[in-house]
Amino acid sequence: MSEPLLRVSGLTKTFGGLTAVNDVGFEVREDQIKALIGPNGAGKTTIFNLLTGVLQADSGTAQFRGNELVNSPTHRIASLGIGRTFQTSLLFDQMTVLENVMVGHHLRGRANMITASLRIFGVSAEEREYRELAMAVLELAGLADLAGRSAAELPIGQRRLVEVARALAAQPKLLMMDEPAAGLNMRETDEMGELIQRIRAEGVTVLLVEHDMSLVMNISDEILVLDRGQFLAEGSPEQIRDDERVLAAYLGAEAVD
Amino acid sequence: MKEPSTEPQQDVDPTAPNEAERQARRRRAEKVQILLFFAGMALLPLVVTNSYYIHVFTFIGLNLIVATGLNLLMGYAGQVSLGHAAFYGMGAYASGILTAKYGWNAWPAMGGALVLTSAVAWVIGKPTLRLKGHYLAMATLGVGIIATVVMRQWVSMTGGPAGMQTPGITFFGHELESHMDVHYFYFVWAWVGVLMVLFANLVASRPGRGLRALHDSELAAQVLGIDTAAFKVRAFVISAAYASIAGSLYAHSSMRFLSPTPFDFHTSIALLVMVVLGGQGTLWGPVLGAVTVTFIQEALRPWAQYDIVVYGLLLMVLMIFMPGGLSRGLSTLWQWTAGVARRIRGRGRGGEDRE
Amino acid sequence: MMDVQIWQFFLSGLTTGGTYALIALGFSLVYNATGVINFAQGEFVMLGGMITAASMSAWGLPLWLAALMAIAITTLVGLALDRAAIRPARNASIVVLIIITLGASIFMKGLASIIWGPDERSLPAFSGEAPISVLGATITPQSLWVLGATLVTAVAMWIIFEYTIVGKAMRACAINPHAAQLCGIQLSRMVSWSFGLAAAIGAIAGIVLAPITMTQYDVGMMLGLKGFCAAILGGLGNGLGGILGGLILGVLEALGAGLVSSQYKDAIAFIVLIAVLLIRPSGLLGREGVAE
Repeated sequence: MSEPLLRVSGLTKTFGGLTAVNDVGFEVREDQIKALIGPNGAGKTTIFNLLTGVLQADSGTAQFRGNELVNSPTHRIASLGIGRTFQTSLLFDQMTVLENVMVGHHLRGRANMITASLRIFGVSAEEREYRELAMAVLELAGLADLAGRSAAELPIGQRRLVEVARALAAQPKLLMMDEPAAGLNMRETDEMGELIQRIRAEGVTVLLVEHDMSLVMNISDEILVLDRGQFLAEGSPEQIRDDERVLAAYLGAEAVD
Repeated sequence: MKEPSTEPQQDVDPTAPNEAERQARRRRAEKVQILLFFAGMALLPLVVTNSYYIHVFTFIGLNLIVATGLNLLMGYAGQVSLGHAAFYGMGAYASGILTAKYGWNAWPAMGGALVLTSAVAWVIGKPTLRLKGHYLAMATLGVGIIATVVMRQWVSMTGGPAGMQTPGITFFGHELESHMDVHYFYFVWAWVGVLMVLFANLVASRPGRGLRALHDSELAAQVLGIDTAAFKVRAFVISAAYASIAGSLYAHSSMRFLSPTPFDFHTSIALLVMVVLGGQGTLWGPVLGAVTVTFIQEALRPWAQYDIVVYGLLLMVLMIFMPGGLSRGLSTLWQWTAGVARRIRGRGRGGEDRE
Repeated sequence: MMDVQIWQFFLSGLTTGGTYALIALGFSLVYNATGVINFAQGEFVMLGGMITAASMSAWGLPLWLAALMAIAITTLVGLALDRAAIRPARNASIVVLIIITLGASIFMKGLASIIWGPDERSLPAFSGEAPISVLGATITPQSLWVLGATLVTAVAMWIIFEYTIVGKAMRACAINPHAAQLCGIQLSRMVSWSFGLAAAIGAIAGIVLAPITMTQYDVGMMLGLKGFCAAILGGLGNGLGGILGGLILGVLEALGAGLVSSQYKDAIAFIVLIAVLLIRPSGLLGREGVAE
């Protein structure tokens, strides 16, 4: 089997006395949809924050295509080809939807503050190109009608879609999605599931944290279960569904549907 | 349960412009606006012949350059500076000292001042821009006050509070005469024009969007690969560079005199007010702000000691009622008056009305 | 010889530092209650000194009465500031609130210059001019008044916040305004209290300082800003930190002016301010991470 896209090992993070993530290791293979699940407080979002440089890890490594992610600056991790969406969509609320997606193209642009001010070295052409590319991305996500709307006006479901479109505009190799279905109704959740599968079909590997079990079971290739910051189980959706430890962990914390 | 989720695309007229085209059109419209505005300014001396008013408009131009730079920092990058007059003064004094004390020509002196001020801004900005909110405000305030103290106390260079004489500037071999205020008016407003076009270009491009993005959410901007720390510092340096250019123009203006007072804390505040009052994060906001504030200051001048009372009161009232700037403020004011009128009417009928 | 000189600078620095400490205390009070940096805090100091001086010379009031009156009037001004300018703009951005309080400061300064003119005024020392010798250095009795006032105010504040209902309610509002309101604490009243107290403390600082440095309509801004530096040095919003910050700042300023350069005296406080912000923005006693 080929080298995994992402290999995490020994990842540990403590907040004061609390060990939020304790010696966690896992792999994500190319073109996989992998889910991180676990009861509240399992440390899923913390892992995302560690992998994207939002938090500093106490120890551990995360290799992504030959690059170390742990304790790297967030923007550099993004430039390696890792996209991320948030539990509560972080859109740029003072911009239009189109502009949001255009920011997504940031990494592929060259214009700096001086060339942009002077409009030299093809900045105008670049600008035109990104405007059209962003429009194309929006059309792909079925959001073209919203392009001119202010991001702040959108309802939660559309905010999520725009956030995903924006992340995809950067053409990441790996997209980390933090609870993409949170706050969505059933129909929207199904659409999100299909979108995630479409994203994977485009050659983007997906790592997601999700509470909606039916979504996770439907779309994931592999599931990693965490409990109180520790590795609990890993396997295919079927294996996880039948795993006694998983059931116990969930029943101990909250009921599953 | 799953229904096919082919969200029906609304029937759109394929020839109708999409948002991308509309955005491009807005950019073109903006260019026309800028062109019209500066054409208007070019004609102004034909209408306003009073040399005092020409002088005031020259001054508005200088303020507008600094305010535009500050707008990049505040309105776009979302970072506060309470000490921007320091960079204005630094540009002015560097230009003045290089010409008056070292015999440089005014043009290279302007360039020297620009490089120096930008370098200083970079050194200051790099550590301070890690701070947020009040803390950044206070750090920049400290920078501003230290700069004023240096201007006052470094007497051998700056002449201290008594000030220093500065030489004029030549333009294509033509010495701008100190008594011909209209020459300076054109000279300064030509600079305003160039710098506003550069500004408009910048904010409507990749780095400009990057700044607005980090203003809204630093985390989201970083996740998209924007080096937010570096972007903030660059915006800070550019805004200082704008201030430096305005300062150099001031140094070689028709007054040919520099003293610390025009670059002190109160100017930093006035600049802040221009940006906020006009409307942050827009191209025309600082124009409105610079015109309004400069005119208020000039209009209050003859009121002797009453001027600061009225000025202080105006600052309070304008900001309380128009926290979002003049254009947005006027509608708020209208609603407020309507509300008061309603309340008075309500009270007349004996209705209780509590907050 | 040198040691005595340093000791002398230290003592005089402590005196100015006492004033900074009081101003810092006022800043922290208002900041805790509202999250607003009140740039008009320095004007309370000016008002305290000016009202006392003016009412003594105009009406021949005795010092104690004039001082009490000054504190009372300044307190009312503080309450009025809250009502007229801060409360209507509660939800405004930081920049807007900064401009509003700066406007208030400029307004008060202007009013003072109209009412009392541009001249410097002074107060008689409270208990004579005879210098007291302390281990070789001298200190004026008025310096002791300043330090005494700082100490008494600090203790009074401590008692208020630890042992009175109002003080506890104010603390609750500072920690969690929402929860405090749920417990039936009226937030707006607590904000009024903070402004009133901050104004009163500022006035006290102005009154005890006036015999030493003279007072004038425009002394407020610089004093206020330095008091603010003290508040940051100690930890913004931390009362004890503010007092400590004020005293340290006063001493540093006196030492810097005496040993390094008296010309750049006014820059020292701000250099300290920037250094603190860069090294430890939460200040000496503040919780870490507040500024990041």
